[in-house]
Amino acid sequence: MPSQKNTDARIALLQGTLDLLILKTLVLGPCHGQGVARLIQRQSEEVFFVDHGSLYLALQRLEDKKWISAKWGVSENNRKARFYSLTAKGREQLVEKTTEWERLTRAMGLILGGSTAPGGEEA
Amino acid sequence: MFKHRRSTEDFSEEIKAHLELEADELRREGFSDDEARRKARVEFGNVPAAQERFYLKSRIVWLDNLGRDLKYGFRQLMKNPGFAATAILVLALGIGASVAIFAFVDAALIKPLPYKSPSRLVNMFESNQTGPRFHLSYLDYLDWKRLNHVFSSMAEYEQDDLMLNTSTGTQQANGARVSDGFFRTLGVIPTLGRDFYDGEDIKSASGTVLLSYAAWQKWFGGRADVVGQTVTLNGTLASVIGVLPRNFHFAPAGPAEFWLTIDPSSNCNKNRGCHNSFGVGRLKERISVTAADAEMKEIAGQLQKQYPDSNLTRDALILPLTDVIVGDIRPILLVLLCGAGLLLLIASVNVASLLLVRSESRKREIAVRGALGATPGRLIRQFMAEGLLLAASGSVLGIASAYAATQILLKLLPPERLAEMPYLSGVGLDVRVVLFAGAISLLAGAIFSLTPMLRLSLVTVQQSLAEGGRTGAGVVWRRFGANLVVIELATAMMLLVAAGLLGKSFYRLLHVEMGIQPENLAMLQIWGPASSYAKDPQKVAMERQVLSKLAAIPGVKSVAVSSDLPVGDGDGIKAIGIVGKPNLGDYNEVNDREVSSTYFTTLQARLLRGRYFTEADDASRPGVIIINETFAKRYFTGENPLGSRINFGDVKSVLEIVGVVDDIKEGPLDIATRPAMYMPFAQSPDNSFFVIVRTSQDPKSLLPAMETSIHEVDPNIATHNGVTMTDHIRDSPAAYLHRSSAWLVGGFATMALLLGVVGLYGVIAYSVSQRTREIGIRMALGAQRWSVHQMVLREAGWLTTTGIAIGAVCSLAAATLLRGLLFGIHPWDLPTLGGVAAVLGVSALLASYIPARRAALVDPVIALRTE
Repeated sequence: MPSQKNTDARIALLQGTLDLLILKTLVLGPCHGQGVARLIQRQSEEVFFVDHGSLYLALQRLEDKKWISAKWGVSENNRKARFYSLTAKGREQLVEKTTEWERLTRAMGLILGGSTAPGGEEA
Repeated sequence: MFKHRRSTEDFSEEIKAHLELEADELRREGFSDDEARRKARVEFGNVPAAQERFYLKSRIVWLDNLGRDLKYGFRQLMKNPGFAATAILVLALGIGASVAIFAFVDAALIKPLPYKSPSRLVNMFESNQTGPRFHLSYLDYLDWKRLNHVFSSMAEYEQDDLMLNTSTGTQQANGARVSDGFFRTLGVIPTLGRDFYDGEDIKSASGTVLLSYAAWQKWFGGRADVVGQTVTLNGTLASVIGVLPRNFHFAPAGPAEFWLTIDPSSNCNKNRGCHNSFGVGRLKERISVTAADAEMKEIAGQLQKQYPDSNLTRDALILPLTDVIVGDIRPILLVLLCGAGLLLLIASVNVASLLLVRSESRKREIAVRGALGATPGRLIRQFMAEGLLLAASGSVLGIASAYAATQILLKLLPPERLAEMPYLSGVGLDVRVVLFAGAISLLAGAIFSLTPMLRLSLVTVQQSLAEGGRTGAGVVWRRFGANLVVIELATAMMLLVAAGLLGKSFYRLLHVEMGIQPENLAMLQIWGPASSYAKDPQKVAMERQVLSKLAAIPGVKSVAVSSDLPVGDGDGIKAIGIVGKPNLGDYNEVNDREVSSTYFTTLQARLLRGRYFTEADDASRPGVIIINETFAKRYFTGENPLGSRINFGDVKSVLEIVGVVDDIKEGPLDIATRPAMYMPFAQSPDNSFFVIVRTSQDPKSLLPAMETSIHEVDPNIATHNGVTMTDHIRDSPAAYLHRSSAWLVGGFATMALLLGVVGLYGVIAYSVSQRTREIGIRMALGAQRWSVHQMVLREAGWLTTTGIAIGAVCSLAAATLLRGLLFGIHPWDLPTLGGVAAVLGVSALLASYIPARRAALVDPVIALRTE
């Protein structure tokens, strides 16, 4: 559940984008759920608000799809944590999803900025 | 794919780890210990919701609920073991009975016969005025085969008793003789060795034999090198050329172990008037049985003109082979299946009404669960789970008992009956039976889960809470419950009437006039080897010696010989003519028997006119015959038959009628006695005959002594089929059919009566328990105990009367369907109907008396306080 702390500066994630963000985060190396949440929040300059319930569900979903794998380990500060890492299949998916996302944003940009953009010609 | 699912605990552990990691980080950022922990938790959001979402994500929700419903249902049932046990047992009974009967129906009527496209096969009979299904003669068969255009192939077969030489002596064996193309016509290929080749039946001296699978196992221990070995059958050597498939059976030729080729040179096969075999044929493409029948009748018509001496009354009859093999058992099986179905109906209705009663008493529980937020769908699913649980347990128990029942029923069948119905040996739980069992179990489950739902959907939560689950027997319940009991009683009535009619038929059948005194008669078939008893004087000498030896046994009062036994299959037929009378046309065939001079006195038949045979009536004297009363009535209406002369179609000797006896039942009990004539054994001897002994003690105990005496005459004489006349009559096919159907339907009817009465008791008892308050008020207002008593009995009486009335109408319809199995009784037999109605009425009265008494004993003070 989103909490009341949902300020104007933070926006909820678009449907389907969480998976991509998780995959991208894990490119840097294995990480646990809390780390993933922090990284997403930090790298988005605190714009994205990550609903933790959805995050863990998404992690589980990706694990079920064999895009990521998980095993229990110990964190740098000696806490027990479940570490997720990207599988080969996950890497493929990341490339694919990223391309998809770039096409989407470009198209969105074209439409939203279309009135100011000179010409409608596409390369 | 089947990896272990991640546990909820593991997930909680991860969330816990997350909160700790987050708190650590917040502490590093400078928050105090408590603050960090609180903030981490707030940041995370709703932890239980996340856990719940994880839980729901990883499973199929309805399946999960079903599991919980089943667990809950099981606890509910265990809380009331009496109810659960009753419901499950009643259901198991219903399912067990119907699955067991269906297994027989499947084996006999559904499973295809073990031939290639069995529906294209027909059996061929000759018919005459005495009946439609008689043997055909070999010469007729050859003409039929030559002249027809409807069969792609045609063959013939005959049953044959064989004597088999074994290391331990001569033994009787079942055999059959077939024409060369018999197995090719059926489309049966031997599992071992070869089939008879074309023309193998012509040079009969070659002596080849095919073994049945059972004979291969029994006589040759299933050895693979059996082909080429020899067996001695009827004193001649035959070499084994092959073994028939394990599943092969051919009931019309009997339980044959040895299959030989027919012998066209035998006396009978050279004589067009001697009928000894049946034909099978495979229909050509697009030729129907009716078309084939029409064509064969036409050919038979040509033969009638061509050979009037022997064929004047012989017509052809073509029937589907399947009908010939399973036709007799079909009506009884279908009746039984209906009986079992009705029993299942009653059982389901009983369980359904038990469930209704329970849902009634659980109204309050349901209302509370509804008020706590259970949706109607969820409540319905809960009841479905309970219904399914009941249906599943009942089905498992029922199917197990069905399996046991089929095995027991098979054991109860006498071996000779089973041999006539080889297709029954495959009875068991095959795919079709299991599917059937599954289907009726599902149906039962559906009914049981739907019944309480009907009840549930009609009551709103508020209503039941307001009612407090106490008042009123519930209009819905009264309407449904009462109707259900009426159905039960009507069904029980129907089954009882059927059982009553069948029982009465059986009684009538056993008491049909047989013309003999069947008690204290022992009988034995004997067979003198053809090599030692080839000539007529030798045969007569054997008969004389056997008779005198048997007469010397202590306890034997008199001894007789006959070519056939009374209450037999009614075969043994000759065409006759009467000297000085015009040709008899369609009415010239009579049963014929060769008997000793003592035959009629031993059986204690009544002589109506003339004289019995004497020892003097032998081959040196003119031929004489004794006829039965039916013969005299049919051919000598208003005349004195004594002194008239008879001749046969082909035998040119003339026989004089010297006596008339009262009818002896020669054929089956349920068929009217045919004209019969008896000839002295000495004038027409045979090396195989029956001896019949009248004893002064238990006839069964004399059978071993009789065999010993016969072997003293000649150890090579084979004896078999020793039996007493009462057993012979009791085990005759007609008696067997009627007895078994009466017993089986009677069994169903008893169970139905029991279930129906229990059902009625349940309804009345429940209604009384629901009306306790009303009864209390009535009594407080001055109603007498007897009037309360009466009120309850009136309710029961109304239900019973309606049930009986509907049952009576249905029984008339059912009895009409049963007509084929009834003997000497109308389907609308009033005494049976009245008797059954009385039995049902009295049982119902007894069942409702107990709750009525309880109602009358209600204490008004206590009753009113139950509020």
